[in-house]
Order: sequence, then structure tokens, then C-alpha cells
Amino acid sequence: MLGTLDFSVIPLAMPAILKGLWFSLELTVIAMIGGVILGTLLALARLSGGKFIGGAAKVYVDLMRSIPLLMMILWFFFLIPFVTGQPIGQNKSAIITFTLFQAAFYSEIMRAGIQSIPRGQVNAALAIGMTYWQTMGYVVLPQAFRNMVLVLLTQTFILFQDTSLVYAIGATDLLKAAENAGMLYGRTVEMYLFVSVIYFAICFSLSMFVKYMNKRIAIIR
Amino acid sequence: MIKIENVSKWYGNFQVLTDCTTNVEKGEVVVVCGPSGSGKSTLIKCVNGLEPIQQGKIVVNGTQVNDLRTDLPKLRAHVGMVFQHFELFPHMSITQNLAIGQVKVLGRSQDEAMERGLRLLDRVGLKAHANKFPGELSGGQQQRVAIARALSMDPICMLFDEPTSALDPEMINEVLDVMVELAKEGMTMMVVTHEMGFARKVANRVVFMDQGQIVEDATKDDFFGQPRSDRAQQFLSKILNH
Repeated sequence: MLGTLDFSVIPLAMPAILKGLWFSLELTVIAMIGGVILGTLLALARLSGGKFIGGAAKVYVDLMRSIPLLMMILWFFFLIPFVTGQPIGQNKSAIITFTLFQAAFYSEIMRAGIQSIPRGQVNAALAIGMTYWQTMGYVVLPQAFRNMVLVLLTQTFILFQDTSLVYAIGATDLLKAAENAGMLYGRTVEMYLFVSVIYFAICFSLSMFVKYMNKRIAIIR
Repeated sequence: MIKIENVSKWYGNFQVLTDCTTNVEKGEVVVVCGPSGSGKSTLIKCVNGLEPIQQGKIVVNGTQVNDLRTDLPKLRAHVGMVFQHFELFPHMSITQNLAIGQVKVLGRSQDEAMERGLRLLDRVGLKAHANKFPGELSGGQQQRVAIARALSMDPICMLFDEPTSALDPEMINEVLDVMVELAKEGMTMMVVTHEMGFARKVANRVVFMDQGQIVEDATKDDFFGQPRSDRAQQFLSKILNH
């Protein structure tokens, strides 16, 4: 069976695959950065104690977490042109959806991270005259981030793997590019194998990097 | 300097402070003591507004703390506070701990803040540890850094919330020594502590609290000589006779 595999299509498909990979990475990185920022704001809103702002953030997070990502991708793709009157294209639509969706998950992680910082740290920061935002920015969030970096990055791996779902709106990510190439050259199995190796190589080396970073930025206690 | 007038505070239905009144004059050292759960830590946290009060009035250096219009960060910047568990920022080096408030709150330059921080670190005897992180220091050393951090803000008065109760016995004195020196220099201090030796040495007055009330507010000599209330007498006999 294995003997019938022909990997000579890989170099031919490489330009298309790299293009797909590039979009997957772009989507992951933008959604990660945007998602962490938005997620942190959502976490702060939920922890603010404000009834309206906290409640609104909770509804947002609960809603996003109970709808399948695939459905969100489709929804946004059809909803945005309906609201704005003009289509924004598959790629932009995917980036917005992923950012909004990931924000809900990151916000739960950041909320746990913020809650892991003892109240005394907040008091100490306030006592030297820091404002709420200074306290968060210099004292609470840097520590919360360090405590949560492993979990945040685990979520990012899931995000990277989930980028394959953008095929539903016709965007071309790594998996879709491989699939297309497989069809074109009639070598689907080879392309799926190859793309699995790429997913594994990226996730595995990143997780090694995360472990190394985690040791380096750990807080001495 | 610090005026506490008829302060009451509740956590839900539970009253933690009942009609507390006392004051700390400029240059005075007032020790607040009492059994655990008596509300003394809560009271001192109300002084710089870390805990809100529901009734009464607290005025620090002419500014009313429990007034919504008061710029609390501005007020707190000049009211030093030292905590039971030190609360140094563990992700920053000792020098960063000493500089951050000066730079971000007072707007001093990094160089100026570093220089002043190092001078204070030298004063508490820890200059050699400037580049370490809090987790690498002993409890007593961390608390001395915490005092230096509070002093770096040029406070007009200092609040100490049980500064030695989380320390191993052999480290208590190194912290108390710094506090005694500070008191002798004329710093206005409000100190929640069980260290009666410290109170005897430097306190002007002693406030005794029980069940959220100020039971006794007397000069040091009166308090240690003949406390008026039974509860203060019992408390003193318990902690002095062993």
C-alpha cells in the first residue's frame, strides 16, 4: 500500500501550500493578539463588579462558548455584508470571527489568572498611589500572564488547528491548500500526510518553545 | 494628621467597626493592638481608603478619605503603607520595586528613582541585594524592602498593618529596629502590632480594640501602668505574662 505513494507531488504543490500555511499563521497570530487583548478587557469587565458591564461581558462569553466555531464562521460571513451592505471577503471575515471567538476563551483564562493574584498585591499597588489601570498594567496583569502562559498557548494551538474550518467560507488555509493540490495532482493521501506532518512540526516545536519560555519567565517564589 | 471620627463599617450585615474615634497627630506614634478579629487591620486599611466605610469620617492631612470627590491615588501616594505579608511585587527586582511608584506615580525620572531607591535600600541595610528578586530574600529582608518602598514615596505618615506577625521570631527585630529608627526621626506612624516591646519603646499612645470598638485610647504610660478596661487588662496579662 505504502509503496504506491508518490511524494514527488510535494515540491510541485509547495508554493500553494506555503500560501495556505501563511494564511493559517496570519489568522492564528492576529486572532491570538486581538483575542488576548479583547479577552483581557472582557475578564476585567467581568471582575469589575459593575452589574451592567459585568453582565454584558458574561453574556458575550457564554454565547460565544456555546456556539460551534464553524457556525460562527458562516454566520459572520453572511451577516457582515448584510449589516454593512458590502462583502469584506473570506479572509477578513475569518480573521474577525476568530478574534471575537477566541476572545471568549482567552477571557476565561485571563479571569482565572487575575483571580490567582492575591488581593494584597492589589492593595500594595493602590497603597503607593497607583490608579486602577496602573495597578492592572504593572502589577496584576504581568503576573496573571506569567501564571497563565501555558494555558494561553494551549488555547492558541487549538486556535491554530481550528483555522482549518475556514474552508467553509471558501478561504484557503493550509489544509484547504493541501486538499486542492491533492485533487489537482490526484495525490490526496500524500498531501494529507504531508500536511499532518506540518501541523505536528509546528505545534510540537512551539510547545517545546513554550516550555522553555515558561521556565525563563517564571516568577521566583 | 490622621483623624478618625465615629467610623462604623459593615461587611453585609456583620458590623466590623463600631463608632471608632481616635487621631494621630503629626510626629506621633500610635500603636493599635487587640485580639485577632478585633477590627484593627480593617481600621488601618480604612485610613487610606483601601476599605470603604459606611459611617463616620476619616481625614488625612486635611483631606477627607471617604469622600467620593477625593483623588484617592493622589492621597495614597503620600501615605506609606506596610503590610503583614510584605506584598513586594514578585515579578520585579528589588530596585524595580523601589522605583516603580516613584516613576509611575510621582513622575520622577528613572535615574532619580533608582538613586533614591538605592539610598533607602542602604538605609535598611540591604544594598547588596539590589538586583535580586523578592523571592530570593528572607521574610525580614522583604519587609525591610517594603518599608524602603513606602519611604521612597516621601510619605507624610506611615501605616503599618501587623508588619512582624508573618515573620520568624529571629527576623522580627531587624524590622522593628528600622521602625524604631523611623519613629525616632519623627515620622508620624500608626502601627497595628502585638509587639508590646515596640509600643513601650516608641509609642506615644496605645489604642486597644476589641470586637470592632476602640475600648481604650491612652498614653503609653497610662496603658501599660493601669489600663482602665477589664478587657485591656486581660489582653495585656495574656501577652505579657509568658
